[in-house]
Amino acid sequence: MAEEHGHGTVAASAATEERVAHAAPNYYLIWLYLLIMTVAEVVVAFVSQLPQTWLILILLGLAVWKAALVAMYYMHLRFEPPRLVMLIMAALPLAVLLAVTVVTMEGW
Amino acid sequence: MSAHGAVPVAVTRPMEGMKVYNQKLGMWVFLLSEVMFFSSLIGAYIILRFANPEQWAEPGVVLAVPLTAFNTFMLICSSVTMVKAFAAIEHGDQAGLKKWLLATILLGAAFVGIQVYEYIQLAGHGFVPMRDAYAAEGGPLYGATFYTMTGFHGTHVTIGVLCLIFTAIKAFRGHYTEMNYGGVEIMGLYWHFVDLVWIILFTIVYLI
Repeated sequence: MAEEHGHGTVAASAATEERVAHAAPNYYLIWLYLLIMTVAEVVVAFVSQLPQTWLILILLGLAVWKAALVAMYYMHLRFEPPRLVMLIMAALPLAVLLAVTVVTMEGW
Repeated sequence: MSAHGAVPVAVTRPMEGMKVYNQKLGMWVFLLSEVMFFSSLIGAYIILRFANPEQWAEPGVVLAVPLTAFNTFMLICSSVTMVKAFAAIEHGDQAGLKKWLLATILLGAAFVGIQVYEYIQLAGHGFVPMRDAYAAEGGPLYGATFYTMTGFHGTHVTIGVLCLIFTAIKAFRGHYTEMNYGGVEIMGLYWHFVDLVWIILFTIVYLI
């Protein structure tokens, strides 16, 4: 049930959210992409003779892309209001900073 | 004024705030805090590894990559079943909701089971946190970071499975309908997040 607050309404439940009409994503197709990329990761890690830096970049790139697919289609972010997506994106640079800032400290 | 006890009304005016219902926003904010949590663990791993590279074995030497790759595949499948459960109840399909929820629970429990099996195998071969050798099989930090990262993730999966069981019990009691499925959606968000973290962790811990 939508509740009224001042000028607009607030979404009170999943059923009364404002939704962008869109076709349901092909969940099985996304699953197939995830599967192919997982196999590609294992192959790249063990079969290829790439130098270490390239290896890490490619593996991390594949992992991040898989994560993005899960976030966009299974967690529905592709179709959520932009302001929610922006809230989530705001956390990501902070997480990266957390992970790498200490690397620049002396004595590690 | 809110209309208590009235039937659900269609939205006729633009929504303010985040445009999503509170529980969904709450779950997302919680997941963001979990992002920070796992980032801190991964950040610590990166720093420790850069500083002490001799303590890490080559990928595949100590850890069972094929078994864990299969485990990864199972967790990805559980994400599919979870989103199918959500899609089912979005359209009021009660049988579909129950079926797909049960499948998700089975796959999630199997993931935890295989991880526990893997832990037992590793410990049996002497790979434990803070093991003392600087051999080709890795030093103290290798085990410490491995068990910390995968252990915390495994705990998250276990809690997810328990919550899924609770959700399934409610589903079997007919609690969810096409007008009331928020609980399934936010459970799904948590579960997909757990899968997402594992996608990153599997790459970092097992393949690099």
